[in-house]
Amino acid sequence: MTTFRSAVTTAHAWGSPSRWRALAGFALAAAMLFGLAPAVLSEFRLNLLAKFLCYAIVAVGIGLAWGRGGMLTLGQGVFFGLGAYLMAMHLKLADAELRDGPGSVPVFLQIAGFTEVPGWWAPLASPVVTLLAILVLPALVAVLLGLVIFKRRVKGAYFAILSQALAAAFAILLVGQQSVGGSNGLSSFHSFFGFALNDPVNMRMLFFIAAGTLLAVVLFAWQLTRSRYGELLVAVRDQEERVRFLGYDPANIKVAAYAVAAAFAGIAGALFVPVVGIVSPADVGVLPSIAFLIGVAIGGRETLLGPVIGAIAVAWAQTTLSEQFPSMWTYAQGLLFIAVVGFLPGGLASIVAVLKRRSGTVTKPGVRHATAPEEATA
Amino acid sequence: MDVVIGQLLTGMSTGSILLLAALGLSLVFGQMGVINMAHGEFIMAGSYTAFVTQQVLGTAGVSLPVALVTGFAVGGLLGVALEATLIRRLYHRPLDTLLVTFGVGMVLQQLARDVFGAPAVNVTAPQWLVGGVELFGTVVPKTRVFILVLATLCVLALTAVLRYTAMGRRIRAVVGNRDLAETAGISSRRTDLTTFFIGSGLAGVAGVALTLIGSTSPTTGQSYVIDAFLVVVAGGLGQLKGAVIAAFALGSLQSFFEYSTTASLAKVGVFLVIVIFLQLRPQGLFSLKTRSLA
Amino acid sequence: MKLSSAVRTAAAAIALSLVLASCGSRAGDPSAAGATSCVDTSGDEIKVGSLNSLSGTMAISEVTVRDSIKLAVKEINADGGVLGMRLRIVAEDGASEPTVFAEKAGKLIRDDCVAAVFGGWTSASRKAMLPVFEDNNALLYYPVQYEGLESSENIFYSGATTNQQIVPALDYLRERGVKSLFLLGSDYVFPRTANEVIKAYAKANGIEIKGEEYTPLGSTDFSTIGNKIRKADADAVFNTLNGDSNVAFFREYSNVGLSAKDMPVMSVSIAEEEIGGIGVKNIEGQLVSWNYYQTLDSADNSAFVAAFKEEYGAKRVTSDAMEAAYTSVYLWKASAEKAKSFDVDDVRKAAAGVSFDAPEGTVTIDGENNHISKTARIGEIRSDGLIYTVWESDGPIKPDPYLKSYDWAEGLAR
Repeated sequence: MTTFRSAVTTAHAWGSPSRWRALAGFALAAAMLFGLAPAVLSEFRLNLLAKFLCYAIVAVGIGLAWGRGGMLTLGQGVFFGLGAYLMAMHLKLADAELRDGPGSVPVFLQIAGFTEVPGWWAPLASPVVTLLAILVLPALVAVLLGLVIFKRRVKGAYFAILSQALAAAFAILLVGQQSVGGSNGLSSFHSFFGFALNDPVNMRMLFFIAAGTLLAVVLFAWQLTRSRYGELLVAVRDQEERVRFLGYDPANIKVAAYAVAAAFAGIAGALFVPVVGIVSPADVGVLPSIAFLIGVAIGGRETLLGPVIGAIAVAWAQTTLSEQFPSMWTYAQGLLFIAVVGFLPGGLASIVAVLKRRSGTVTKPGVRHATAPEEATA
Repeated sequence: MDVVIGQLLTGMSTGSILLLAALGLSLVFGQMGVINMAHGEFIMAGSYTAFVTQQVLGTAGVSLPVALVTGFAVGGLLGVALEATLIRRLYHRPLDTLLVTFGVGMVLQQLARDVFGAPAVNVTAPQWLVGGVELFGTVVPKTRVFILVLATLCVLALTAVLRYTAMGRRIRAVVGNRDLAETAGISSRRTDLTTFFIGSGLAGVAGVALTLIGSTSPTTGQSYVIDAFLVVVAGGLGQLKGAVIAAFALGSLQSFFEYSTTASLAKVGVFLVIVIFLQLRPQGLFSLKTRSLA
Repeated sequence: MKLSSAVRTAAAAIALSLVLASCGSRAGDPSAAGATSCVDTSGDEIKVGSLNSLSGTMAISEVTVRDSIKLAVKEINADGGVLGMRLRIVAEDGASEPTVFAEKAGKLIRDDCVAAVFGGWTSASRKAMLPVFEDNNALLYYPVQYEGLESSENIFYSGATTNQQIVPALDYLRERGVKSLFLLGSDYVFPRTANEVIKAYAKANGIEIKGEEYTPLGSTDFSTIGNKIRKADADAVFNTLNGDSNVAFFREYSNVGLSAKDMPVMSVSIAEEEIGGIGVKNIEGQLVSWNYYQTLDSADNSAFVAAFKEEYGAKRVTSDAMEAAYTSVYLWKASAEKAKSFDVDDVRKAAAGVSFDAPEGTVTIDGENNHISKTARIGEIRSDGLIYTVWESDGPIKPDPYLKSYDWAEGLAR
């Protein structure tokens, strides 16, 4: 079997002349997020956009791991969930403390029969510990998993299926844990690091934090892809064996991208909780994990801003379409997968290039990576 | 001792269900490296075929054997349609196939919901499959025995086809070395279509059989497909015996875990065992040695 | 080193956004009241929301609830509306995802300015919506039996709480001489909470618990559990499985030779719609516990069933949750009429003691916890696929979501 990589989108995304264009695009995005959106959107819609921005943060990570690194992560829900649950557990503890004094037990835990906070999540009472855990834990889990998987050269479909099974297992495990709310998950948060969550001004603040985080994450990913590491990551995707011959360990390169994607997902999950007000096992399983991919595929998995725009567009379309035609959305989602991944693998970002190629205005870019032996596992 | 035998039987039964669900998947994945996420929905299509057949024919005793045949045809034709329209364009992008077929699965699922309604429908088991057989102090439902027999027959039939027919030789040649097979005058296009027909047809058969023990609803396929994938991953590429052993191993593992802990923890436990197992044998139980580099 | 500059730029972006973000009130600050209602009462029409899963796994059940809400609204409009205003339904899809329920609840309240919302099914969806309704001071009517241990000023619960469904079922089994139970449920909050209640009850009444098993939601393999149940040899099984799992369970159950005669199964999540999928043969004679069955013999119910079949076809059945949803619309109407206002605070204050002659019999809103009093009924599944009452409580049972009035429930969390 052979691997062809379409080179359609790779060229303009991080080539050197595009640096200023990228910065301009970035400035435009910032202006829209910080200036336009709060000015024209109602409080409710702004909150909705904040939720979409969380999805977009996950998408940036998937773009890195999947688009650049060729790792089809069907289990980002795990890392998203880790971040979300860490944040939710902290908010629950903080709420209880605010109401009944330090060290008190959240009501839902009392209902589940706990007389004290389980030892393993008591440290999350501290905001600093929580923030550190959100930044570190998902990445750490990804590093461990990645080492286990990539060092043994498990890849391709095998990796995809394992990551999917991981998401399924994680959701099942969470449902069984009454200490984190079981199938109901954690909800009803009243404060966010001391700020009342039912105050519209604070919800607006949350939007700005989400927007700022998204910009930061995009910047980080941009720097990463322009670095030597970014080149190596793409090289591993296209020709893992050659990279190995060059003296690099492809596993380490992959693990790093996987960990960064996981960290992004964790951060997004942590922001998602105060924005939406609930996290439950329904947000971490197989289906939400795959749903993360649609936006990335549509926007253009190999580009930087494509996943961001794709994720926001898909989430927005889902909200609006499902308001009018509930069952249509499922069809639309399925057809989008078929159409975009099947016929436009570069996503919408590549549509201009594809059209140009069709009409013959530019010569067809040569397939950069000729046939290579497909390595399913070894 | 009773418990051990009882759980062993349960494991065999669970394993045969897994095997039936995974057999077609394993064939298709083995030959073409294509992960067909719509496989679960093909199973579901088989289940609804059983339902429709029963509605038309009325008596459960006749409709089951008829449904096994029509189920094979319906699954197979769905597979051929999928191969001819989408998958053939994507052989060089196996990961993308996974996502595209996932989309197909979503559409099929919603289609079933719109055609047959969201609630589960009932497929009655024939009279000769009602009740159980007592084996070593454990009652095993006849339906489960039937599925075990059916799975065995399917494996035997598939083995015979692959080993002794011209078609089977072509399939094996393409699995072994696609380019060389082409050079030898084998049309890999037609072989691919045939493989897909058989593989998806087996999903249809599985769907028919599963109506005997589970529910028939739009989400029927979903509940089997992830487990089926794990069987294929653990079993290794391109060989039936890998899938057979993996299915029964996972089935037994699941049933013993479940007996000693809970059903939820058993699922998680089985997954962990697979991850650890892949550490030892990253290419699964068996893998076809090919002459490709890497 | 490029990465460190990446970190620096990222940090700068976050810092910038924090500076831009002006901070509002601190938590616990009394001035941090929620938004005020935007319900528009100026025209001759008033909007109400219907929020149910129309897609995803829960659509099976929730579509039927939406149907009965529509029916109630249609009847009310034909009868002159509420306080002279016609009702208009704004229907939203919860998509079987709690987060979507929270989002759509926000939209209904803040963008559509509805006077009340009817819907929700899973506990997770209700828990997700609860803060939205409390923060915005809006009204939710929740029509499904649930695990209790909750009450909110902004939610009216028209389904049963544990003392109107689980406890009567146990009373009935005890009357029938059941001395031991096997507990089986799907792995989520309702079965776990229900089983805590059952265990406390069993302890106080000398009933032995011979086993307690949970399977993942949607699980279809019951062979191991079938073995465990056979080995346990309890007098009855208490079943809190949900959805499709019931199909696989009852098939396994009858195939390993167990039947309603030697080990009856008491189920609390199987209603009329589910019986078809399980196959009547596999479940005939088994018991269920609800407050309403299609076969109830009363003029109010006959009218309801007839109207429902007229609207949606003779093949459709009516079930407990559908009836509770239908009733909840009328309860809101009665409360608004008593208050002579659509204002949330007025409706809420007027609600205590409001009653309605529902298909299940007369129900009354309990002002203390916003639940309603309901008659408990044990039903038996018969060969026509319908459920027939075999036992009922002496009149409506006062709702007690925290089980405060039961001594044996002392140890349970309040």
